[in-house]
Amino acid sequence: MNRTVRIWLFAIGALAIGTCLVIAFVGMPSFGSTFHPYRDMAIRAAVHHATANAVGSVNFDQRSLDTLGEEIILLASVVGVAALLRPAGDERESGPSPHARVLEPTRLLGYVMLPLVLVIGADVVTHGHVTPGGGFQGGVVVASGVHLLYVAGSYRALERLRPIPLFEAGEALGAAAFACIGIVGVVSASAFLLNTIGQGSFGGLFSAGTIPLLNGAVGLEVASGIIVLIAKFLDQAILLGGRGP
Amino acid sequence: MSIYGYLVAGALLLMGSAGIVASRNLVHSVVCLAVAQAGTYVLLLSVGYQRHSPAPVFGSTSAPTKRVVDPVVQAMCLTDIVVSATITSLLLALAIQIAKRHRTINPDELGALRG
Amino acid sequence: MTVVVALALTLVLLAGAAVVLTHEPSRQAITLSVFGLALSVLFLVLQAPDVALSQLAVGTVVVPLVVMLTVSKVRGGR
Repeated sequence: MNRTVRIWLFAIGALAIGTCLVIAFVGMPSFGSTFHPYRDMAIRAAVHHATANAVGSVNFDQRSLDTLGEEIILLASVVGVAALLRPAGDERESGPSPHARVLEPTRLLGYVMLPLVLVIGADVVTHGHVTPGGGFQGGVVVASGVHLLYVAGSYRALERLRPIPLFEAGEALGAAAFACIGIVGVVSASAFLLNTIGQGSFGGLFSAGTIPLLNGAVGLEVASGIIVLIAKFLDQAILLGGRGP
Repeated sequence: MSIYGYLVAGALLLMGSAGIVASRNLVHSVVCLAVAQAGTYVLLLSVGYQRHSPAPVFGSTSAPTKRVVDPVVQAMCLTDIVVSATITSLLLALAIQIAKRHRTINPDELGALRG
Repeated sequence: MTVVVALALTLVLLAGAAVVLTHEPSRQAITLSVFGLALSVLFLVLQAPDVALSQLAVGTVVVPLVVMLTVSKVRGGR
């Protein structure tokens, strides 16, 4: 079908869906109401397992199987990107442009911020059960921080300090650690990913049982996965360049 | 006007879909998909919101209480955001491969199967 | 619905429209970054700091970077 027919067909469909959406929204509980039954149950379960961050408790304690599934989706899509962006047989390495110069203030800012961002990322990962944060957020912060090296320095510097096989192994290790912690739950109390080890005191660093360990595993996996992902794209755009027209 | 939040979510979804349908560039349509996904996050968080209630994180100054915003929808949104970023990257890698093979990323020119 | 929430929702709507209406992908990466920032502000106003943190890191850094690298690769190869 050509473009005009496609757009008209979409317009009719969008009108129908829009009408259904408005009818549904009018019948929903009003914005900001106090009727949240799942919230009542989730908060009670979070406090029972001494977890100050209720969102982390839902992610890693009450619905931890879903989080394992999401982690595997992330792993699979990074593998897919790595497979799709393999250098083709006839692509030549053209290397980064030698004319790229970085301004001195950018370089200074990058080198000062790099260790700061890495430490902040590690802090967000380890304190995921007491403050907002956790493995997913901290992992992305660490991965973004590593690429400050590319912004402030050169692509060659990034290549030297970012060995790809190490991060590929780190990603697999993170995913496996999550599953192994779950199996410990099976072995000790017959439920996969059950929060069985000591709960500690509410709000302390060593509280909430297995949640800090799961946060660490997810943080490792997300950080390594995103570093590998961006590395594949950087290789394609900078190292391999493109074939001529 | 208490359904404004839900209407914004529905509008984002439909705008993103319109962008995908009317797009002339595969990379543009992938970014419009990200806008449509953002519509679902806005809807989920609007459903979980409660007026005059703090975030569902307790600390030394806030004792555990049930008068907080819903943590279940927040947990759903936060993992979804990170995972959908990697899925977006997968779609962009597909776009790169299509550009290499077919020399064009205009969806209208990619329709026919090559025989 | 307070003024702040309504304002944040309107900002998100406008930023989303801007992303869809920008046809050039290299410019869309910048508008996508602004859209990610508007979304983070909205999530913060809706009392969701975890989600705001996630969206800030992902939507302002990772996705625009990957979009820019894709545009650079696709344009360089044609």
